[in-house]
Amino acid sequence: MKIIMKSLAAIAIVTLISCGGKEEKKSNDIQIGQKPAATEASTETTNASSDVKPSESVDLTNKGIGPIKNLELPAEIDQAMAAKGMEVYKTKCMACHKPDKKFIGPAPTGILERRTPEWIMNMILNPEEMTKNDPLAKALLIEFNGSPMANQNLTEEEARQVLEYFRTL
Amino acid sequence: MKKAINILVSLVMVAGLVSCNNGENKKGSKGQGGLATNAAEKVYVAPGEHDEYYAFFSGGYSGNLTVYGLPSGRMFKEIPVFSQFPTSGYGYSEETKPMFNTSFGFVPWDDSHHPDISQTGGKLDGRWIFINGNNTPRIARIDLETFETVEIIELPNSAGNHSSSFITENTEYVVAGTRFSVPVPQRDMPIKDYKGNFKGALSFISVDQETGRMGIKFQLMMPGFNYDLSHPGRDKSHGWFFFTTYNTEEANTLMEVNSSQNDKDFIAAVNWKVIEDYVNNGGGTKMPANYAHNVYDHDTHLATSTMEKEVLTVDPTKVPGAVFFLPTPKSPHGCDVDPTGEYIIGNGKLSADLTVHSFTKMLDAIENKKFDGEAYGIPILKFEDVLAGTVKQPGLGPLHTEFDGKGNAYTTFFISSEVVKWKLGTWEVLDRQPVFYSVGHGMIPGGNSREPFGKYFVAMNKITKDRYLPTGPELEHSAQLFDISGDKMELLLDFPTHGEPHYAAGIRADILKKNSKQFYKLADNKNPYATLSEADARVERKGNEVHIYMTTIRSHFTPDNIEGVKVGDKVFFHITNHEQDFDVPHGFAMIGANNAELLIMPGQTKTLVWEPKQVGVWPFYCTDFCSALHQEMQGYVRVSPANSNMELSWSLGED
Repeated sequence: MKIIMKSLAAIAIVTLISCGGKEEKKSNDIQIGQKPAATEASTETTNASSDVKPSESVDLTNKGIGPIKNLELPAEIDQAMAAKGMEVYKTKCMACHKPDKKFIGPAPTGILERRTPEWIMNMILNPEEMTKNDPLAKALLIEFNGSPMANQNLTEEEARQVLEYFRTL
Repeated sequence: MKKAINILVSLVMVAGLVSCNNGENKKGSKGQGGLATNAAEKVYVAPGEHDEYYAFFSGGYSGNLTVYGLPSGRMFKEIPVFSQFPTSGYGYSEETKPMFNTSFGFVPWDDSHHPDISQTGGKLDGRWIFINGNNTPRIARIDLETFETVEIIELPNSAGNHSSSFITENTEYVVAGTRFSVPVPQRDMPIKDYKGNFKGALSFISVDQETGRMGIKFQLMMPGFNYDLSHPGRDKSHGWFFFTTYNTEEANTLMEVNSSQNDKDFIAAVNWKVIEDYVNNGGGTKMPANYAHNVYDHDTHLATSTMEKEVLTVDPTKVPGAVFFLPTPKSPHGCDVDPTGEYIIGNGKLSADLTVHSFTKMLDAIENKKFDGEAYGIPILKFEDVLAGTVKQPGLGPLHTEFDGKGNAYTTFFISSEVVKWKLGTWEVLDRQPVFYSVGHGMIPGGNSREPFGKYFVAMNKITKDRYLPTGPELEHSAQLFDISGDKMELLLDFPTHGEPHYAAGIRADILKKNSKQFYKLADNKNPYATLSEADARVERKGNEVHIYMTTIRSHFTPDNIEGVKVGDKVFFHITNHEQDFDVPHGFAMIGANNAELLIMPGQTKTLVWEPKQVGVWPFYCTDFCSALHQEMQGYVRVSPANSNMELSWSLGED
């Protein structure tokens, strides 16, 4: 009797294991109650402890991520270029950005006192990557309720015109 | 003790069941399963990777066209063509309603059968795909940049538009033949007087090479037979078109008996170049007609419908050398021409053999006037003089033949449920594979061109029964994918198809995907009701019509609060989507709307009509999950009593 039982048990164990090599490994990975490994994300949240809202913070060194690496603005505002920029702004940006008050997104008035020209243009031209990887753009996305900055597919020329328009505000 | 044994025994049993499950799978696969072969590997398209081919399947009674990937069998899209499509608002929005205009009024459904992709020099060029509406005769053109139906032309003097829509080598013509002959012009007459009095119109629709715009060049008024299927000549036979006929008996009742009496029916060979010359030199007769020509414009995002009042008809007996009959056994269905243009295959569906005609022999017989009588003044060529060969008893109920470009043909057999591979020229059967069940058409990507991509064959089966989990009496149809790259066909995959595909057209994915449009440029939007700047969003009243000029962007409508609408008003929501990025449509749904929703692509304007019947404050919202704040994308319309003095007002936010 005992022998039968023992051999049955052996068969059972062997058969159960037989195809489950991978299965077992998987189950090792899933363990409820384990502490998650420390992630990099948690270190970034320290910014939130400061009282200044991301939209009001000043950062004149960050150039953002995107096609614009270096941009020197001439002293004089090019009014013709700014006028073109205003037209682009009206059709493609104003649905979310009113010139002088917070709406869906922040207002552009005075933005050049807070951001570099490169950062502004990269935010217009490359919003997906900016809101994913640029710490400031990420913080802004959270401040504005997770409302995404839409990529309106402006050309670089159009984005530059919009930037010139911002200088007149 | 007993308990312990029981537990152990049951453990063993469970372990046995769990172990590897191979036995179970093998039983289910009826011996053609992928486990014994590398079939699974051949159809596996890894996550994130793309299929090698696009395949466009007709929807049959769905009226639409569905897009699949091959070899995966994954469905990518349903393109609405002849049927209203609430999913996008096609045929419900004011912009697209004119697409369904016909001489019978608004016809929001059809039976779509045979898609064909445009060609240049006998090769697929991927500009457009055409498809026929069978019931209320129409031909549609779908733009392959946008995968949208952009044109529908109605065919006068036609009924049961079945031998359609097939394309000549340079897309000079889309050809559409009538299956049900009718009195021309239509008139009140006894049905029994059909014979000799009804006509079968074969329509040659020219295609503008720049715009794709269609126009009926001429209609060939043939004897009152049933014109079943057709194919263009290609390469050496370019300039000719071939149509199978049945019911050469001209019966008008109990057709399944009375139109199967003749031992042979005909393939009609039409030299369209000769007729084109005749017409270009003033030949033909203009007759009054009434048919709709509907065109959708991508800049205005608007369809317009024009009623055409005249059509040019051609009497085949007036154009010498234009039309000949090739006797073909037993009610032939498919009429297929091989890639070299030499062989014309008549798939006599009640015949035991497949009949293959020779184009060279046909020309020779015509030149030497080897005629065997005539039908209604059209010369009949002698069967033996044009015959290239027969494939002897390949199966039962041949329907349709495709080609791989390597000298082989693949014929579907409906009754014996199989696909048979045979060799052109020697007529020997090389291979046969069962299909599950009752195959109609088959398709090889590029099979309708000079250069087929002879890698896959898709069988479009009519009967599904036990192939999938039962879903009540109605089942999706079953398509089966074969690898035809080797000597023997190998079954790789079953996949369900939507509606009833009667035919499909396939093309290499790289030809299309680079041209696919991602969004419409707002700057190019010429819709008369477009709101191009959010500052122009507004509401206007014209009598009892209220026009709401609205914009959308993630994630709000402008305006989102509207007051001053009254019971009895007709409210037009003209919505312009201001997004300018790929894959960001917004939806629009209004409570109680008696039509459908709108799905508005980036840069597009669409209009939905709403007729409020009850006083109250009624919400609308976005139906397409557009951003994390999609649930917040909503608004209200206040509806006041019909006699109210409430003025119109609108707003967004505090402004």
